[in-house]
Amino acid sequence: MAPVTVAITVAIDEKRYSGRAGAGPVTALRGLRACIGPSEFCVVTGPSGCGKTTLLNIIAGLDRDFAGTLGFAPSDHDAPRIGYVFQSPRLLPWRTVRENVALVQRHRAAPAALESLLADVGVADMADAYPAQLSGGMARRVALARAFAIAPDLLLMDEPFLSLDAAAADRLRSLLLRLVSTRPATVLFVTHDLAEAVALADRILVLSPAPGRVVAELPIALARTERHDPDTLSALRAELARHSIEPPIHRK
Amino acid sequence: MRLRVALAERLASLLVPLVAWEAASWWARSRLFPGPAAVLATLADEAVHGGLLHDLGATLARVAIAFTLAMVIGTVLGITMARSRAMDTLLDSGVVLLLNLPALVIAVLLYIWLGLTEAAAIGAVTLSKLPTVVVTLREGARMLDRDLADMAKSFDLGAWRTLRHVTLPQLAPFFLVASRTGLALIWKIVLVVELLGRPDGIGYAIQVFFQLFDVRRLIAYALAFVAVVLVVEWGVLQPLERRLARWRR
Repeated sequence: MAPVTVAITVAIDEKRYSGRAGAGPVTALRGLRACIGPSEFCVVTGPSGCGKTTLLNIIAGLDRDFAGTLGFAPSDHDAPRIGYVFQSPRLLPWRTVRENVALVQRHRAAPAALESLLADVGVADMADAYPAQLSGGMARRVALARAFAIAPDLLLMDEPFLSLDAAAADRLRSLLLRLVSTRPATVLFVTHDLAEAVALADRILVLSPAPGRVVAELPIALARTERHDPDTLSALRAELARHSIEPPIHRK
Repeated sequence: MRLRVALAERLASLLVPLVAWEAASWWARSRLFPGPAAVLATLADEAVHGGLLHDLGATLARVAIAFTLAMVIGTVLGITMARSRAMDTLLDSGVVLLLNLPALVIAVLLYIWLGLTEAAAIGAVTLSKLPTVVVTLREGARMLDRDLADMAKSFDLGAWRTLRHVTLPQLAPFFLVASRTGLALIWKIVLVVELLGRPDGIGYAIQVFFQLFDVRRLIAYALAFVAVVLVVEWGVLQPLERRLARWRR
């Protein structure tokens, strides 16, 4: 069966938070337009507080209180299967690693498939452990496995490798690329780390400071193996920095 | 092996007060201060020939019914009040009032209004425990983790799986606390309620022995009651607590 992944069209006119007592309402996003192609690995970056997490929550359907539209194509994918990897792993502390991953599967998958997924992300040895016994990196691997356990059409990732040391984050990034290559999905990945963005992305979307909108798009055509070259990286970094500082660029 | 050591320690800790008690009663030499040997003999005799088992059974039945009622109603009310601001505002004063109303007053009023009936007795015990359950479960439901709720929603777990795997495990510690403090409260209140208006039960028996100044049987009945409380604590509540805490490091 050919893998079917979704394309997304996002058109958010405005997203406001009503604000707590004492503070006025805050506009998180305004006039945000973006299209993400099927099986595309799209990285969203921008200054902190520019509404990146808000954008993911809207696409995930967790936040329906906004003005605008969301479109998924093909259209029979009105409700695409979405795997969400949050900033913190958000595992259920009272369920074992295996139970955490199995829980999200709507139809009980073949046990062998579950075990092979656990082995693929490198937590097979810890399958019967509780999350409190896991290291930060291990917990994130489990969160990754959980997202892939539903065979997602769309993978939403919100700075999933934050607060890991550089080596561990590197290993998890390679793991993610490996998983995406064997289990295709459209990916929307939020980070404020440009090196991480460059290492992963097919295309980078740069958001403006709040209220966030897309101010630049940067396709990365390089093969993933060439992206660790320091010169390439600094050139891309310079270009990104230029985009983020300059007034919004209107492209077709 | 470890169980045997624990049991030996428990027996040793029981032995100390028993020896002290026997010594004190030997020193007092009074009909009104019997020692443990005399009391245990009475206890055995009452269990076989007297009304001990009937009274104990009657009390336990009242405790079981009142406990179940208070837990079920209190849990539903507590969660409702945590989720709905309107319900919270509506019911909060009632809960605070009930929380501070002496159990004795509740019992007397219910006996007046409903007569000296079983319904009045069980109702009084239930009402005395109810507010602590409501308050505890409301607190627990207010502390439910929004992040985990979002996780459940984004993975489309549905109501039943969310309840079973995400919500109830978070409420379990509060449920356990409510059970424990509630049970401790019920053990104390149920005897007063029986003493006031029931023709059987440990509380009624205590009243009779008080009028007869029969201290041996009074202590024997009280001990039987305490033994049941301890069995529930060690046999049910503590194992349950350990089971629920399995995942904690």
